[in-house]
Amino acid sequence: MRNFADLIKTLDSTNKTTIKVAALTTYFKQASPEDKVWTIAILSHRRPPRPVNTTLLRLWANELANIPMWLFEESYHIVGDLAETIALIIPTTKEHSDKSLTEYLEEIIALKKKPEEEKKAYLQQNWLALNYYERFVFTKLITGSFRIGVSQKLMTRALSKAEDVDEDVLAYKLMGNWDPNKITFQELILDEKSSDYLSKPYPFYLAYPIEGDVENLGKVEEWSIEHKWDGIRSQTIIREDEIFVWSRGEELVTDKYPEFQAFLGVIPNGTVIDAEILAFSNGEIGTFNDLQKRIGRKTVSAKLLESNPVILKAYDILEWEGRDIRNETYEFRRKLLEQLYEAVKETKIPFSISERATIASWDEVASERMLAREKRSEGLMIKRTNSTYQVGRKKGDWWKWKLEPLVIDAVLTYAMRGSGRRSNLFTDYTFALWQENEAGEKELVTFAKAYSGLTDAEFRKVDDFIKKNTVEKFGPVRSVTPQLVFEIGFEGIAFSKRHKSGVATRFPRILRWRLDKKIADANTIEDLKSMII
Amino acid sequence: MILEFNKIIRERYNLTRTENVIFDYLIDIIMTTPLLAFNDKGIYCAIADVYLDPWKPVTNAIITHGHADHSRWGHKNYITHKTNVPIILHRLGEINVSGVEWNETFTINNVKFSLHPAGHIIGSSQVRVEHKGEVWVFTGDYKTEDDGISVPYEVVKCDTFITECTFGLPAFKWTPQAEVMENINNWWLENQAEGKTSILFGYSLGKAQRLLKYLNPEIGQIYTHGSIENMTNVLRPMVEFPKTTLITRETKKEELLGNIVLAPPSAHGGTWIRKMTPFVTGSASGWMAFRGARRRRAVDKGFVLSDHCDWYSLLDSIKATGAEKVICTHGYTDIFSKYLRELGYDARTEKTQYEGELSEIDKTEE
Repeated sequence: MRNFADLIKTLDSTNKTTIKVAALTTYFKQASPEDKVWTIAILSHRRPPRPVNTTLLRLWANELANIPMWLFEESYHIVGDLAETIALIIPTTKEHSDKSLTEYLEEIIALKKKPEEEKKAYLQQNWLALNYYERFVFTKLITGSFRIGVSQKLMTRALSKAEDVDEDVLAYKLMGNWDPNKITFQELILDEKSSDYLSKPYPFYLAYPIEGDVENLGKVEEWSIEHKWDGIRSQTIIREDEIFVWSRGEELVTDKYPEFQAFLGVIPNGTVIDAEILAFSNGEIGTFNDLQKRIGRKTVSAKLLESNPVILKAYDILEWEGRDIRNETYEFRRKLLEQLYEAVKETKIPFSISERATIASWDEVASERMLAREKRSEGLMIKRTNSTYQVGRKKGDWWKWKLEPLVIDAVLTYAMRGSGRRSNLFTDYTFALWQENEAGEKELVTFAKAYSGLTDAEFRKVDDFIKKNTVEKFGPVRSVTPQLVFEIGFEGIAFSKRHKSGVATRFPRILRWRLDKKIADANTIEDLKSMII
Repeated sequence: MILEFNKIIRERYNLTRTENVIFDYLIDIIMTTPLLAFNDKGIYCAIADVYLDPWKPVTNAIITHGHADHSRWGHKNYITHKTNVPIILHRLGEINVSGVEWNETFTINNVKFSLHPAGHIIGSSQVRVEHKGEVWVFTGDYKTEDDGISVPYEVVKCDTFITECTFGLPAFKWTPQAEVMENINNWWLENQAEGKTSILFGYSLGKAQRLLKYLNPEIGQIYTHGSIENMTNVLRPMVEFPKTTLITRETKKEELLGNIVLAPPSAHGGTWIRKMTPFVTGSASGWMAFRGARRRRAVDKGFVLSDHCDWYSLLDSIKATGAEKVICTHGYTDIFSKYLRELGYDARTEKTQYEGELSEIDKTEE
């Protein structure tokens, strides 16, 4: 455990990628195979199921700290991280623990089925046996993921250096649904053939936002243009009469979309398709908001299937007749995909293709982009016709050219303390727009929350304002005298019954602080609604 | 005095009924005015017409220590501990200041004042105020750990204790200075082994000298930023410090490699620092106890070292004063005073403009 805690401490205490990769490489070279598997699992967000809920965790930690519960909660609001708060308030003893990371994780897994008394005794005993940082790491293993700025890509790079296995091969091996408690390091990383090949997806190829003028990309004939659909990027695998649907976040979501079972027997085995899952009713693409109703549910009722149907809109084909064709050109793969679509389109399965725009100049590309909002897309994808299907986010061959966000000027009305690097600063804001109430008076109505888009210096100034202009405190939330106006940008907009304003916005974020505007100059809910197509 | 005055007036004049009511009211106000009150200028002793650490210009100011939020410019007369005199003269320039000794009582209009070590930085004091047997103590900023350079904190018995609580949360618990300094010296050695310059941030008055005092000069040279060099020179007659070298335009970055640079937090991210590549940055502050604070500050290494009390030493020192009333001035005041009330103290919060260690992390130095 000590080595793993030291690794996390190093990763957490630097912003430099080189230092992170070096620390990981060193760790992988000396750690036991079991610990390595668990480290990979944890850094790729495969943590064991939570054995204890956070309410009990707080209660038991607080018992050791011997402070009133409200004081624990206040501390938690300020520290901004539960595991860190627990690690800080529990006294450090002279004891120490020599158990390995794997031993701890096995105990944590076993803990789930134990009676409450045993859980409590186990946690309290171990909290006291570990030093401050180990205690933090131990608690993190129980509560959730480590957000320490280590992407899967970075970890893969370090592992590749330590084990001398190609990075892209590793990325493929690490995908999918493997269980760190059952797989050995040998099977996961070193063995040539993987046991769970059947469901295994390929790493997604991701595009960069376009930089500068689109015409700088060169001849328009060398590029293929299609819309960037606003749904869930997914990979659908059909092998040996089984179907697996993976989301971009490497989550297996097959069960959420039972309508895709209809692909079996229609789309041949040995096919892997890169596509967007979209809300689709009455022959029309829906909004992301329509899709949201499907994403949130664990079980899908027949009623929901009826009211919120989806479709798979295919971009690319990665495997055909059981052969990995990612190294073929985009043009080659698209032809296959189009043939596949032609062959199955009469069968009424919820499958379609992301059409390629016929375009003769960059001007026409620009005009096509302007149609995005109407077509319910986020903008355009620009792909080089001879590009292979690469791994991860790579520059050069695939670009996204998104629409400019919609903007509105809104008033800051509530603020909450941030977490992580923003803990102890008020950085999570709620914004409101004007609306006339029944009495004909103008009032501010909440429409969105946002917590990104300002510089650290601006956040400090706004934080200072909030502390001086607090009207009321509700735990970590404060209501603030309406005085500051911000320009809020968002990607999409739709009517919503769940929101007080009657409108849901997608990806709201702060574009800038309008120091030049007074609250009377902020927009109205009506202005916002007029943006809905 | 007030009661005698009351008697004289009433004997000499035959007050009407209305006048009587008004006069009673006035006497009542005077009688119930606390020895120290908080107004928009600072902490005020009306009887002596003296302010403690005022934040707006006043006639008479007793100053606890040299940090900018406690010793401001523009007062007519300054009274402070004699070791703080050269510090505030250096920071504020031409001012009218008189220095007193620890425990030396000076009386203004029957109010007895004395200064007592606060252990925060060199020359930092608590102010004891006594009138008619009632004793108030104002801590300014303080810490109870002996840092070996400022005179250690002294417990002063009182009825009302006006305390800071910058780190008044149970999440703050300091490790002993010797341990932290060992970590800092080891960090320097590691950076040296990699051929890098270590840049260590600390407030130029107080923290920088505390770090300097315990850096191991056998490891390498200690370089300083101008503001730290100047302040250290002011303090050298009082404390022995290792040799330092001021960084100037002529300083080559090659000569810094493997050595350590002491810089104020405000230098972080500026061009002055960027010219020193390759370097590693570290910050020494109580806020470094929080991972979020360190990441926000974007330093490579955080050392938890504070010139303020942690949670436990705040509680211990309040208990040791024997005070029944506690007033919290800056830090996590609401939370801390609520907890004190649960412990049975008559505790409350007063709004001041002191910043505690905040200035070390989220604001730039003056």
